Amino acid sequence: MSLLEVKNLKTYFHIKAGVVKAVDGVSFTLDEGKAIGLVGESGCGKTTTALSIMKLLPPEGRIEGGEILFDGVNLVNESDEEIRKKRWKDISLIFQGAMNAFNPVIRVGEQIIEAIRIHEDVSYDEARKRAGELFELVEIKKDLIDRYPHEFSGGMKQRAMIAMALACNPKLVIGDEPTTALDVMIQAQILDLLERLRKEMKMSMILITHDLSVMAETCDYVAVMYAGKIMEIGKVEKVLENPLHPYTDKLIKAFPDIHGEKVMVESIPGVPPNLIDPPSGCRFHDRCHCAMEICKIKEPEIIQIEDDHKVACHLRGNCHE
Amino acid sequence: MKRNYLIKRILQAVITVLLVVVLNYILFRVMPGNPLAMIMRNPKASPEAVKKVEALFGLDKPWYVQFGVFFKQLLKGDFGLSFTYKKPVIEIIGGKVLPTILLTAVSEIIAIIIGIIIGTISAWKRGTKADVISLSFSLITYSMPTFWLGIVLVAFFSVYLGAFPTTGMTTPGLSDGGFWMTFKDVAKHLFLPALTLSLVLIGEYALVMRNSLLDVLSEDYINTARAKGLTEKDIIKKHAIPNARLPMVTIIAINMGFMIAGAIQVETVFSWPGIGRLMYDALSNRDYPLLQGIFFIISVSVVLANLIADILYSYLDPRIKN
Amino acid sequence: MENIQKEARKRKVKNFLNTFKGSKMGMTGAIILGIFIIVAVIGPIVYKYDPMDFGSGADVFNPPSMKHLLGTDDMGRDVLGALMAGSGISLTVGILATIISMILGATIGVVSGYYGGKIDAFLMRLTDVFLVLPWLPLMLVLAAILGSSIWNIILVIGLTGWASTARVVRAQTLSIKERQFIERAKAIGASSGHIMFKHILPNVFPLIFANTILVSAEAILSETTLSFLGMGDSLHPSWGMMLHYAFESGAASIGAYWFLLPPGICVILVVLSFTFLGYAFDELLNPKLKGR
Repeated sequence: MSLLEVKNLKTYFHIKAGVVKAVDGVSFTLDEGKAIGLVGESGCGKTTTALSIMKLLPPEGRIEGGEILFDGVNLVNESDEEIRKKRWKDISLIFQGAMNAFNPVIRVGEQIIEAIRIHEDVSYDEARKRAGELFELVEIKKDLIDRYPHEFSGGMKQRAMIAMALACNPKLVIGDEPTTALDVMIQAQILDLLERLRKEMKMSMILITHDLSVMAETCDYVAVMYAGKIMEIGKVEKVLENPLHPYTDKLIKAFPDIHGEKVMVESIPGVPPNLIDPPSGCRFHDRCHCAMEICKIKEPEIIQIEDDHKVACHLRGNCHE
Repeated sequence: MKRNYLIKRILQAVITVLLVVVLNYILFRVMPGNPLAMIMRNPKASPEAVKKVEALFGLDKPWYVQFGVFFKQLLKGDFGLSFTYKKPVIEIIGGKVLPTILLTAVSEIIAIIIGIIIGTISAWKRGTKADVISLSFSLITYSMPTFWLGIVLVAFFSVYLGAFPTTGMTTPGLSDGGFWMTFKDVAKHLFLPALTLSLVLIGEYALVMRNSLLDVLSEDYINTARAKGLTEKDIIKKHAIPNARLPMVTIIAINMGFMIAGAIQVETVFSWPGIGRLMYDALSNRDYPLLQGIFFIISVSVVLANLIADILYSYLDPRIKN
Repeated sequence: MENIQKEARKRKVKNFLNTFKGSKMGMTGAIILGIFIIVAVIGPIVYKYDPMDFGSGADVFNPPSMKHLLGTDDMGRDVLGALMAGSGISLTVGILATIISMILGATIGVVSGYYGGKIDAFLMRLTDVFLVLPWLPLMLVLAAILGSSIWNIILVIGLTGWASTARVVRAQTLSIKERQFIERAKAIGASSGHIMFKHILPNVFPLIFANTILVSAEAILSETTLSFLGMGDSLHPSWGMMLHYAFESGAASIGAYWFLLPPGICVILVVLSFTFLGYAFDELLNPKLKGR
């Protein structure tokens, strides 16, 4: 049995202007010890999917359909009490932009100790010792646990966030753009760290990012999202080498390859659609250079093209430049 | 590092006090219609009296000497003699300080406690009836002249219901009933004035706490706390309030001016024997030396209170280090 | 070029007014204030009131009746008439004082923000002092020294209420002065004064408008309090003066609620309406606050 099975998840936001269909039928599975990347432009629903799994949606957001099976249990139906118990202990989250993720008036170590003691019956000193060990794990000096967040640099804060996310040895870690705000050198460091820790602790990971190169380095699988739906999903190597969806193709082309030829980096023309009133048929059709008549009318279903490689496109991988 | 911040703040406070001194000087010595000029121009004053005033205040000397004289007198606490009481101003003020401190301290403490509670509930239950009621309450008391509220309360509770005394701090003739008797007596007299002053402050404090808490609740670290599995109650208690109460400290300091204004009005309405009432009487009698003394003492007290609040804030917020 | 800008501005104003109509708070405030202004202007014409019309001893402190809808005051005069006459005075003082505060505050703010350096430091120190100083004792002392004629009162309130406007204007100036069109103006050789008053201030105006409305609310409260404490102008009986007479004549102990309540309620209503308007404008002009 897989660790996580998301089946046809639908999460909508009810705002004054209307109902935003942020996540509209997303499905994927994740096995123990594996990592899947959720990639796509801003606003495509990656973060909302993550928040839905942890049931951390803002008041306007509601899970309107689908199932989230974690260890066989459907999280959608679980009570608040049960969810609270599972949070951090089973699933933890590394927030996007750790700049303000720590409470500025409480010492960083205390916040990690808090995380531990909510879920485990350990003494304060025990927890404190573990906090120090966690810091060392992420290569921060142990005695810095008594410092305040504003005394940490951006990279250190991110590493501290990772340390905190691992505090209860969760089965699944969700990283929401964990390295976006950092400069490239630190980014590499942190990705390496995440990889190492993940393998050591046999954790599963969902990595949310809009940066394909980051994803390619750390994930086993990748799901390409657009306008609240998954366009393509499969093993990382297969998707990158043989992108079946025109959007995936454009995404890959939008990232310059340092070692490759000097090719003009292409941007994707147009803007992401309005999710209150999404376009009919395939949501990508008005930006797709291969769009056919059927694309405007009928939404393509996700079909398997090869092993570990599925796509939702009427052209079934036959759209090429 | 923090020491530098404290030193900077203290220096600023000193400069402000100096500016207050200069302002005092301008108001009471330089401005047209100032008391000294009135004395000098008074046709009924004898030449010897005029000469005396001149010598005393150095009016025949250049302006910087005059200011020097003024400053020296200020440092000695010499504000001259009150026109009405014919006694040193500083003595008269001294006798009225305690009642005002009693009134303002009690009102402030009540207002802070209740204001924080109401503000927290309001933010937590945002949009519900409780929130709307508390918001309306804040708005209305904020738009109300403090003295008017006092009059209404006195008219209703004292005159109509007869439940509380109308004026004063003590009942005459009760002074040798022992501590407990005096305590109860003062408490009965203090009730309505303190209620008036607190009500107006509660409105503002509740609003500030509410807004501050709402701001805090939209911060990222609140989401982190929730993701860690804390209960909503613990999130508010352990993460939100420690941050939300910081602006409260600042507001309480900024509010000193409002507090003084309130105290003046309340003491007037209830004839509470404090500095506020003293000022009201001094105004009616145009007792300038007394006015000058009161104005100076009040201004310096407010500057001092602000300084203390700043220092307190720097201890509560770990981010203030430089 | 000029015409296009004028058209754009007209459209902006129209948009603004439409959104404003949708704001419940704003409309309530506008309506209440509108009623008071109408009463202030038309009242004296429609409803004759003579402050010199002292009744006989028996007419003093009469409860509401058909002849006097709100009863009589401590001198036997009609309370309703006094109330209407007072509205004009209270409103006028509030608005005029606010204009003075606004002009003073905006000037200090824009000069401070534009020049920076020592001028800025000095002016900001001055502003801080005025923000820290307790307003009521300052006003009372100024009124005592200058004399409490209606013009002095307006001046006194205006001279003490500028600090918040100065702060707001300065902050805005700091952010605007780095913008391109200022650079261009300087390049053309426009003088500092011209830049400050013809370029910066007009752009600052919308944001200080909301601030001004709130300052008006405070100005009216200030005048009421000043008058109550005896520093009002007896020749121009505002609501504050009415309350002063009510207090001094012991209306509370007599239970003359018709004399005590109406002036206070009027003040509350007017201040509330200004506050509502202020919040409505603030929300409309400052998108960050939407959704509170």
